[in-house]
Amino acid sequence: MSLLTINDLTVEFPTRRQLFTAVDHVDLSVEPGEIHGLVGESGAGKSTIGAAIMGLLDRPGRIASGTIRLSGDQISGLDADAMRGLRGKKISMIFQDPLTSLNPLFTVREQLTETIQAHLGGTDAEANQRARDLIDRVGIPDPDTRLDQYPHQFSGGMRQRVVIALALCTEPDVIIADEPTTALDVSVQAQILDLIKELAQERQVGVILITHDMGVIADTTDKVTVMYAGKVVETGPTSQVMGQPSHEYTKSLIAAVPRPTLKLHRFPQISYGGRETRFAIEDMARHWPKVDNDASKPVFEIRNLTKKFLQRKGLLPWDRTYFTAVDDVSFDIRAGEVFGVVGESGSGKSTVARMIAGLYPVDGGTITFNGQVVSDLTNKAALDAYRKNIQMIFQDPYSSLNPRMRVDDIVAEPIRHHKLMEGADVKRRVDELLDQVGLGHEAGLKYPHEFSGGQRQRISIARALATQPRFLICDEPTSALDVSIQAQILNILKDLQEHLGLTLLFISHDLPVVRQMCDRVAVMKQGKVVELQETNELFANPQTEYASELLRLMPKLDDLSTDGLEAEA
Amino acid sequence: MFAYIVRRMLQSVIVLLVVGLVAFSMFRFVGDPIDNMLGQERTQADIDRLRTELGLDQPIPVQYYKFLKEAVQGNFGVSYRQGRPVSTIIAERAPATLELAFVSGFLAITMGIALGVFTAIRRQGVAANIIMTVSLIGVSLPTFLIGILLIYIFSVELDLLPSFGRGETVMIGNWSTGFLTTSGLKALILPAITLGLYQMTLIMRLVRSEMLEVLRADYVRFARARGLSDRVINFRHALKNTMVPVITITGLQLGSIIAFAIITETVFQWPGVGLLFINAIQFVDIPVMAAYLMLISVMFVTINLIVDLLYYAIDPRLRVDARAT
Repeated sequence: MSLLTINDLTVEFPTRRQLFTAVDHVDLSVEPGEIHGLVGESGAGKSTIGAAIMGLLDRPGRIASGTIRLSGDQISGLDADAMRGLRGKKISMIFQDPLTSLNPLFTVREQLTETIQAHLGGTDAEANQRARDLIDRVGIPDPDTRLDQYPHQFSGGMRQRVVIALALCTEPDVIIADEPTTALDVSVQAQILDLIKELAQERQVGVILITHDMGVIADTTDKVTVMYAGKVVETGPTSQVMGQPSHEYTKSLIAAVPRPTLKLHRFPQISYGGRETRFAIEDMARHWPKVDNDASKPVFEIRNLTKKFLQRKGLLPWDRTYFTAVDDVSFDIRAGEVFGVVGESGSGKSTVARMIAGLYPVDGGTITFNGQVVSDLTNKAALDAYRKNIQMIFQDPYSSLNPRMRVDDIVAEPIRHHKLMEGADVKRRVDELLDQVGLGHEAGLKYPHEFSGGQRQRISIARALATQPRFLICDEPTSALDVSIQAQILNILKDLQEHLGLTLLFISHDLPVVRQMCDRVAVMKQGKVVELQETNELFANPQTEYASELLRLMPKLDDLSTDGLEAEA
Repeated sequence: MFAYIVRRMLQSVIVLLVVGLVAFSMFRFVGDPIDNMLGQERTQADIDRLRTELGLDQPIPVQYYKFLKEAVQGNFGVSYRQGRPVSTIIAERAPATLELAFVSGFLAITMGIALGVFTAIRRQGVAANIIMTVSLIGVSLPTFLIGILLIYIFSVELDLLPSFGRGETVMIGNWSTGFLTTSGLKALILPAITLGLYQMTLIMRLVRSEMLEVLRADYVRFARARGLSDRVINFRHALKNTMVPVITITGLQLGSIIAFAIITETVFQWPGVGLLFINAIQFVDIPVMAAYLMLISVMFVTINLIVDLLYYAIDPRLRVDARAT
């Protein structure tokens, strides 16, 4: 008998207009000690299954049919009190974002002991002892001190360990991990996944691992279920599903995963369901001002760039302490290339990008753009002329668009600001841009919240292209997106670089993506560039220990099927 | 932490100095104090004598310095109208205002938070919706109208509560309190409601919207997933997170309860400092006005200081930031 069995589960969300079926007749079973992957794009219904098991469906969602059984006992349809008794006790959950899933105003000890006592009762001393054991078990050093600290005193990876400790409080039978490592760096991700694997083995816990990351699935899970639009399209042992996928959707999903080993000309897009949106690069190229890229000359010359942030304020200069975010960084960006910057969070890669964009003042060193020093520009006219050529695409498509502005105003803003056009011309240009990024000009009348993440990132691209820049700074442009959407956005960026001759500064922590996108890559660590190489050279022969360590931690995708992929000639 | 308090105190002192300057300029520039003090029948000799006596012949910075020196010792001179020291007059009147402000502030905070939490948790409920609708009235009606309405209903029509004054008071040392007699307590009810109603509805609406925000947060979802009870989630996890912004607004509002007791005191003929201030304005009694101004600013500054310290107590993130930044 399986630990957790889901039979013919259907979850519906009645809305005013229609009934939305989020989960459609799904069967699933998990054995003790097994890690079962649940993979699919956003909106595929994988998180809804997790919520249904926990009895935490958001209103007005409801289980329309089917049963969920835990060790043979039906748990779907239990009343609220009985469900609360199971939650945290028999079934636990780990959420995606460790930064927000802990209450910031309570110490780790308080949050652990309250959970332990809510389920097991017992004295304070017992609960404290158990809390200490758990914190120790999940690999947090110095548990006695750490227990009395608040969540904000922990790093992202350590917080996720605390969350796991909380999930383990009462020896659950099943843990549902909903994107547990999406918000973490590669190296931390590997540690957390190892911990989950160990715990599943050691305590014979069944784990449902919900993710959209095929690399995580391939590395961690024993079995995998692939979902598309609320339905299960394929299920089976991981090596089989990943190696010889039988369903068309699974095949295209696997094909869309950027490979570290194989350089392709374009990112394969998911064609399943016929959702491809055209990106009209040819139309754009017609209007684009022609500039010959002389690859021998650098667009940007960055010399000894330094940025310090004030860490401790003080009235007197010697009371102040600074944190050096960028430390003596020098590199050139050649005309027409895609220059990658990789590194973990806190390595200073975004800070470099922001200084180039002129968003942060420079504390030391110079930035030279086409022969002109721009890092000390104070003249507003000169600064504007410079900024017209530099545009930025941000990581988070949700917060980088003003929610109270209509999309056509968002895209028109740079044109108006730089006074490039007036009156009806602006409108025509905005419509063109929206058509060209594949949204259609009618999108201009809507507001950002009416679009999905990928569509919003297209709006960002349209906005960035509005001034016809020569240089685009892309700060993790796809890390918030699904694999399939990521492929679309990256292909657009590639097209821009190839057809319009734009130069790209591409910042990412995702090494396979960098491999596909970039011509040259700088590896940053603690504010310094530790290695700068041609991309192929870096992936083949990393020169520094840090770079090889990063490459080693990258999820291995060797098991993945390579059907339909052809290496670039 | 200590450095932070010292810095805040220094800022407070600057604020008080500026307010002091304003109060001082009233003496100097709102009419001529000599004119105010001497009648129509005066000689040039009288004027000169009084000018020297009051120190008005000295340079303005010296006068300001003297004013501050006196003010720090609580000496604001003699009321033009009553001919008694201002500090004595205010000391007589302050207990009435402070007791009124305390009761209405207490009402506003406890009721405001309780109703705010209730309406947030039972968002769809009938009772919550009725409370929300009624609260609109509290926000939109002006204070004096509420006061008059309450007097009409409870004093004129029902004849349950007195319509003016403090009732009987008992002296404890220099403090006259209305808390110890029935008539004193009865007299407190209507003015306290009038004064606190607006603050109460404001706090309630603020708590409600913050609470709704917090209840959607991930850590509340996670708390649910850990199987904690609704009571623990609502009152421990959610409420504490609601408090930070609520304290900011509440602190400022409490200051204004004391400062703007003027209207309520006028409606109910409450013998507090607000009423004193209104009378002082009518008779251009500048020493009283200046003292009142200083008193209110000291209160505002103190309350703000307390609010800042409360942030510390509630939010651990600030404690570390203050050490690190």
